[in-house]
Amino acid sequence: MGTSILLDALTLQLGYNAKLVAIGAALLGIAAGASGTFLFLRKRALVSDAISHATLPGVGLAFLVMAAFGGDGRHLVGLLLGAALTAGAGLLAMHWLTRRTRLAEDAAIGAVLSVFFGFGVVLLTVIQTVSVGRPAGLEDFLLGATAGMLYQDAVLITVAGALAVLVVWLLRRPMTMVAFDAGFAAASGVNVRRVDLAMMGLVLAVTIIGLKMVGLVLIVALLIIPPVTARFWTNRSDRVVIIAGVFGGLSGFIGAAISATAPSLPTGPIIVLTAFVLFVVSMLFAPGRGVLAAWMRHRRQQRRIHLRQGLLAIAQDLPIYERYTLQLLVRAGLARADGVPTELGRRRAEKACRDESRWAVARRMHSHESAVSRYDGLLPIEDVLTRDEIREIDRQIADAGGECA
Amino acid sequence: MGGEFVMLSLVPILIGVLAAIACALPGNFLVLRRQALIGDAISHVVLPGIVVGFLLSGTVSSWAMMAGAAGAAIVAVLLIELVRRLGRIEPGAAMGVAFTALFAFGVLLLEQSDTSSVHLDVQHALYGNLESLIWVEARGWSSLLDPVALAGLPPELTRIAIVSLLMLVFTVVFWRPLKISTFDEGFARVLGMRTNLIGLGLVIMAAIAAVASFDAVGSIIVIAMFICPPAAARLMTNRLEAQVLWSVAFAVFSAVMGYVLAGYGPLWLGADDAVSAAGMIATVSGLVLALAALYGPHRRSTGASAEG
Repeated sequence: MGTSILLDALTLQLGYNAKLVAIGAALLGIAAGASGTFLFLRKRALVSDAISHATLPGVGLAFLVMAAFGGDGRHLVGLLLGAALTAGAGLLAMHWLTRRTRLAEDAAIGAVLSVFFGFGVVLLTVIQTVSVGRPAGLEDFLLGATAGMLYQDAVLITVAGALAVLVVWLLRRPMTMVAFDAGFAAASGVNVRRVDLAMMGLVLAVTIIGLKMVGLVLIVALLIIPPVTARFWTNRSDRVVIIAGVFGGLSGFIGAAISATAPSLPTGPIIVLTAFVLFVVSMLFAPGRGVLAAWMRHRRQQRRIHLRQGLLAIAQDLPIYERYTLQLLVRAGLARADGVPTELGRRRAEKACRDESRWAVARRMHSHESAVSRYDGLLPIEDVLTRDEIREIDRQIADAGGECA
Repeated sequence: MGGEFVMLSLVPILIGVLAAIACALPGNFLVLRRQALIGDAISHVVLPGIVVGFLLSGTVSSWAMMAGAAGAAIVAVLLIELVRRLGRIEPGAAMGVAFTALFAFGVLLLEQSDTSSVHLDVQHALYGNLESLIWVEARGWSSLLDPVALAGLPPELTRIAIVSLLMLVFTVVFWRPLKISTFDEGFARVLGMRTNLIGLGLVIMAAIAAVASFDAVGSIIVIAMFICPPAAARLMTNRLEAQVLWSVAFAVFSAVMGYVLAGYGPLWLGADDAVSAAGMIATVSGLVLALAALYGPHRRSTGASAEG
């Protein structure tokens, strides 16, 4: 039964609100993944942690102000505006600390996040004390909550998420340039400071939008994990942005859908854990940069080196003691289990040895410098030199009177 | 005033002060090594740690939870290293991946398991409950000499006292290797020091401080005290010895001022209830840092050469 509910949720068959939440989470994920990429590429991923923690006092202040004007103080737009205000202040404080003092950025991030958050906690207790408005639910901003989400709140998040995606799309070129190489961007006439500001503004906006759904402690995850995940799949910065958006959107959508199937599955943590699972899978299995691919590359290289060394040993009539080498030679049909080379093994060994001496000659010839610089001990000489060049080298070997060292 | 103060406020202030010192001491080196956010990461993963500790032991005994938290801190450090090495990812992002995932796991675990009967929730993990650590047996200052009353001291006080002593011993004993490897890792290696072991030891010490302080005061003070007092102290002086002393002074000041402002400030303003002491302590430490950043004699990096 559980799987059928999950299937319903994933295909948007659940209630209207759950549907809206899933779409909103997907848009939020896309916006967060894409805008987080620029932070990640600038190596400033944890700046988002300071921004998100600095929203808490704003939520408290906004509540107090709105409650002071009558009202129950829980209007979402008002609370989010307050959050944006103190998050912006936190960002400024962080910039000021790093620019005006000798503190490093990590200390500034940590100082801003702990102090602003601490002050926010003080405000929350003040709110409990003065007993105005209806403060129940303010703590939802810590971890997010979609269970009691109002329809208009869900619409707000969805629309804002879509807008953030649009802004990322419009600004993708200058932001990619700055994130990838700020110096080059400046030289090409991009206003780096302004783009940086837009980048931070975007991250701030995503944080604020995600506050209600994912919560301030975990929204950082949506800004950091998808870009890191995307990085495994490509080396091109423009593609990292897109792939990060896709992974972020997937995490948001799948996470929200899973969480809609049971009340004890909180939306924020499930979205983050979905993103983390995608990360682990990518880290292990991505082609190229993945752990498995790297390991297989390593093994292949190891095999090639062992085979080569084995062939050179055969050519020089040396016994092979290394068991792995012998095993490889036997498996390739180049030697018998007792170490005696087969006919094919002898021919290949002779060839390996001849190539070795050819390379030795080539290394002395200036005309082949660029080819020789590519030689890693395994490269077949036919791959880099023409047949005529090899014939010339063979002539020199014959003149020197040697066949194989 | 004496009796009530000793009963209600003395122990929380002492715990706050000791926790602040325990975090500020390793914090000095973390800030200088640009690893300030290790404290942030560790204090986030303490949550899954205590939940697992609770689920495995079935009790809210502090020792089980602290063991869980310590285990989680080690898992977090290993996970960060693993992500960084295997994925060739910069440390900041690796940290962000690891601690958010672990924290999310902790929240999920908390929601899934039946912890409603015990006092275990996210808010508690974040803010702590310094105010509740009262000394019930105290009858006034004379209780400090009364063995029966002393036996009733909250166990948190003993624990944090031991841990801050441990931090002090660690800092003093390993002063030279810590100092040299922090400022010039290459030189330290030339001298034959195992710099990676020193770095690991520092992170483990920070984790111990974080876990022990967290138990009493919540993770928000832990992060603030790891960073704010040492950062403020860094702007006051160029000498490491003086910086550590300044940081301890700032930490003590923040803890005392924060507690007093939170506990008595609202009463002075006519309100009935106190506000969060943990939050206020963090706020005061932030104000101290702001003042140091505005007026500290060594706030600029270029000012470093002035003294020679």
